[in-house]
Formats: sequence, C-alpha cells, structure tokens
Amino acid sequence: MAEPLQPSSPPPGSPQIIGPGHTFATLTDKISAIVLTQHTPWFWYVGFGVSFLLVLVLFFCIAALITRGIGLFGVNIPVGWGFAIVNFVWWIGIGHAGTLISAILLLLRQKWRQSINRFAEAMTLFAVASAGLFPIIHLGRPWFFYWLFPYPNTMDIQPQFRSPLVWDVFAVSTYFTVSLLFWFLGLIPDLATLRDRATARAPRFIYGMLAMGWRGSAIHWHRYEMAYLLLAGLATPLVISVHTVVSFDFAAALVPGWHSTIFPPYFVAGAIYSGFAMVLTIAIPLRRLYGLADLITDRHLRNMGVVMLATGMVVAYGYLMETFTAWYSGDIFERYLSMNRMFGPYGYMYWLLILFNILIPQLLWVRRVHTNVPLLFLIAISINIGMWLERYVIVVVSLHRDYLPSAWGMYSGTIVDYAVLAGSMGLFVCLLFLFIRFLPMISIFEMRELVHDLSEQKK
Amino acid sequence: MATLPIHGLMAEFHSPEALLHAAERAHRQGFKRMDAYTPFPIEGLAEAMDLHDRRVPLIVLLGGIAGCLGGFFLQYWLAVIDYPLNVGGRPLNSWPAFIPVTFEMTILFAALSAFLGVLALNGLPMPYHPVFNVEQFELASRNRFFLCIEADDPTFDRDGTWKFLESLGPDGVYQVDR
Repeated sequence: MAEPLQPSSPPPGSPQIIGPGHTFATLTDKISAIVLTQHTPWFWYVGFGVSFLLVLVLFFCIAALITRGIGLFGVNIPVGWGFAIVNFVWWIGIGHAGTLISAILLLLRQKWRQSINRFAEAMTLFAVASAGLFPIIHLGRPWFFYWLFPYPNTMDIQPQFRSPLVWDVFAVSTYFTVSLLFWFLGLIPDLATLRDRATARAPRFIYGMLAMGWRGSAIHWHRYEMAYLLLAGLATPLVISVHTVVSFDFAAALVPGWHSTIFPPYFVAGAIYSGFAMVLTIAIPLRRLYGLADLITDRHLRNMGVVMLATGMVVAYGYLMETFTAWYSGDIFERYLSMNRMFGPYGYMYWLLILFNILIPQLLWVRRVHTNVPLLFLIAISINIGMWLERYVIVVVSLHRDYLPSAWGMYSGTIVDYAVLAGSMGLFVCLLFLFIRFLPMISIFEMRELVHDLSEQKK
Repeated sequence: MATLPIHGLMAEFHSPEALLHAAERAHRQGFKRMDAYTPFPIEGLAEAMDLHDRRVPLIVLLGGIAGCLGGFFLQYWLAVIDYPLNVGGRPLNSWPAFIPVTFEMTILFAALSAFLGVLALNGLPMPYHPVFNVEQFELASRNRFFLCIEADDPTFDRDGTWKFLESLGPDGVYQVDR
C-alpha cells in the first residue's frame, strides 16, 4: 500500500494541520463531492436566497441613486464623503487577507495555508468586487465613471495623475485583475479534477472548457509552479501598495486627522486585521456546515486567531501613536481633532470602536478563548464591526469639524446608505455561495501536496 | 502489432516515488521523448526527465519592465505633452507623483505576462490530447501517476518499450492511441 496515509502520531502538544487518514483519493473525493453533488444542501438554498434578496435591494438602491441622484445618501457639506467611502475602504481592506494567505504565506512556506487559500482568494475577489461598486455609485454622475481612465477622447482631457483618486483606479483595477489571475491559475488543476470526476455532460463540458485541457504533465507543472510563485511574489507588494494607495486618499488631503504619514501602515495593518476576521467569519460556519473540520483544522483557526491578535496589536499601536502625534505636534487643529474624536458628538462611536477592535480581541491572549471556536467566531464578528466603525470615525469625524468652526456640520447615514451597505454584504455572500456550490472551495491539488509532504517528513 | 499510429505507451503507478524512480530509469535507458502526468507537482520529476524551462521568469520580467516603462511614459506623455496643466507653475513632469501608477502597471503587466506566458508555453487551451484516450487516465487528476513514453522517441519500439515499462513495476501499461 504505497499511497501515503497521514502519520498517525502527531507531535506532542500541537494539533495537526490535516485530519488523520487522508489519502489523495479521499481528499479529491471529499472536496469534489461538495461541488459535484446532485443534492445541494438546504442551508445553501437558505444562504443563497437571503443574500440574493439583499442583492436585489442593492440593485434597487443603485437604480434609485442613478435616477434620483446621490442626495439619497446622507452626504452634505462639510461631510462630502460618507458611507460610500467608508464601505469602499472597509471592503478593500477585507480583501487583503485573501491575498496575504495565498501569496505571503506561500512565500513564507507556511503549509497551513493550503486548505484555506482557495476560498480566501475567492473572498478577496468578491470583496474587491463589492468595494469597486462604491467609487462608481458615489459619483454625482456615475455614468461618466470611465473618465477616470486615460483613453483618447473627443473632449481632449486626461485624468489628473497626481491625484490619489486616480491612483486608486489603477491600484484597485490591478488588484482585482491580479487576484483574479492568481485565483484562476490556482483553479486550473482542480477544474481538471472536476472535469474528470463529473458524470453529467454539462458539468464535464463546462469544467473541461475552463480547465483548458490540463493534464498534469510534469513540464507543465514545472512552469506552473514557477508562474504561481512569481505571481505570489508580485501579489505581496501589490497588497501593501493597494491599501497604501487607498490610504493616500486621506493622507494626501489637508483635513486634520487625515494629513498624516501614519496612514499607510495603519491602513495596511487594519486591512489585514479585518481581512483575517472575515476569513474566520467565513471559515468557521463553512467547516461546520460542510464537515470540513479535518481539513480546516483547529490549528488553522488558532493560527488565524493569532495573526488577528498580532495585527490587532499593530492597529492598537497605530491608534495610540496617532493620538500621541496629534498631541506632540502642538498643532491646535490636530489636538482638537483628537479631543473631538473621543469626546465630541461622535465620541460614542470612537469608544465602541475601541471596545470592538482593541478590547474584545484581547481575549485572544487567553488560550481557552483562541481554541474555542464559537468565541473565535464572535470575536471575528466584533472585529469586522470594529473595523467598519474605524473607517467611519476616520472619514466622518475628520470631515465634520475641520479648520473653520462656521463650516462645521453633522452627518448621519440615511436608509439608502444602510440599504446599500446591507446590499453589498448580500452581494459578497451571494457570490461566495455561488463559488462554494460550483467550484472547489479548498485547493485539491495543494492538499494532495500537503499530505505527500507530511508523509515525506515522517520518513 | 499496432497498425494505427499510436502516440505512445503509458505506465500507471500508485505513488509519486514509484513514478520518480521509473522516470529516472527510463531516462537512463535513453528515452528522450517522454512525459509524466501527476495530480500534483512532484519535486525532481521534471529534472529526472531532463525537462527544463527557464522562460517563465524571463517573460514575467519583460512584462514587468514593459508595464513600468509603459506606465511611466503614459503619464509623462499625458501630463507633460498631451494635456499639461499649469498648477501654480509646478513641474509638469512630477515624477514622484507618477510612482504609484507606474508601480501598479508594473505589477499588472508582470502578472498578466505570468498568466498568459504559462498558458502559452504549456500550449493551453488544448482540449484534446491523445493521453485522454486511455480510460484510466482520468485518475491522473485524482491519485494515480502516469509515465508516457512517446512513439516519436528514436529508441521507441512497441514491444520492447512495453516490456521495459512492465519491468518498472507499474499497476498497468496502456497503449495511447492518437
């Protein structure tokens, strides 16, 4: 019997990154069975149905915004940016963990990424798709969004390349494209597996077309591995640069609280933080519903919890330094901003933010907490909420009271703001459900590699 | 004795180690035109069959350079020549401000080159290939490992190669029709 069985005695103390007893065949069958099944589970219909309703709400709101105008949003003077930009930054940030897991953990040779990288990358794609809606729908004339791209036009004008808003266009489009390429490249061998395992004609044909005739040839794998590694190497600086460019939307502006060099690392750390929280938010129910606890093991959840804690500490440090620098600068406007943030009309949001983002996740230091799956899930949700509040505090609080008191104002989200936010979450979840139904949510060939490598290590 | 032209002969193995040894022995035997098919990449397999390809990194590098130069000169041309804006007399060639877009274009073109390059070099999409004619080959994407010695190898001889493949201890030997 030459197929490697999982080594049966794990090193003492540490849980395994894959359940015992898996072979190449069992892995393939288990993961592809979820896709090729004739019986879609009931919870898939429920999840897809609810999220699809939210997508319809989103479409309705977008139609209303285009026909009635962005007055439906709560934006005013001085708060010209509201929920739309908050949501944009929040979603882009969430997307970053997927690329980090796929690309950076690959470069760091962390084997535990193998079972989570596929759906994490898918999560990135859907998060960036949800994010990409907002810069378009928040425009006064969204039908002119393509003016942001440099194209030969009859008006004889071109984009202003010195503006972070234009940099955003390139950064986000590049991020979406590269993530899509990376994700699809990783899918090709698994699509070949599905092509070979499928019994009905239509799936065989569709997967066959998408797999492009992949046959697992050794020289193909050789080039493939090289390309995959290079894409990972490219995606790593891309992740950092994209959220940096998004932070420049604020850092390049003059408003107190925004015009600070702390923003790029602060935003990137926050992005990784919220992204891992979202990966956990997705991974925990999925592994429960689909019975994948032997592939997405407790060790994975623990590792992700630890990364979350680490980035949470970086974010906490960022908050501290931001406040300290504002005080240390002696600039009365910066100092007022810090005071206003904490004790002004939006002060409650700031303290809720500290609670959700900083205080609650400190529970992760306790071993009993980060090994407890339901608690980990709740903490992940808390971080998701906290990061949204952080974006809100950054955007709204700095805008509503800047230099001139006569220009001060207040902002609150309208029903349309909330509906679009919920709708974007619906879009994200809907796409995720489509993904888990039609594509393998765990990378099959990488799991085979993992089993093989682990059995080699035992020799 | 095959009267139809065949693509080659294929041996099936149930472990990557067995395939690797078989590939090494086949290479020592002098076969040049052969390929192995596996459900996941096996380290050392391509080298054992003397298959090398260093073109992917080169393609990515060239793509990245093209993106970098293209991105920068796009901005330069648009901001300095085609649509110059006099903003307080500031320099038109504001190259520090051009860096983010240049960087993103570098990554974008490098990534596109990597993806398209690997597909092009592998000859994909290729919906048909003779190896798919072997029924057991569908396990190549599950848990079996195949070594195929192609008929256009100079030392290929249907019966002799068949016996050689059998001597490697495979689970099965199959003829691959065109």
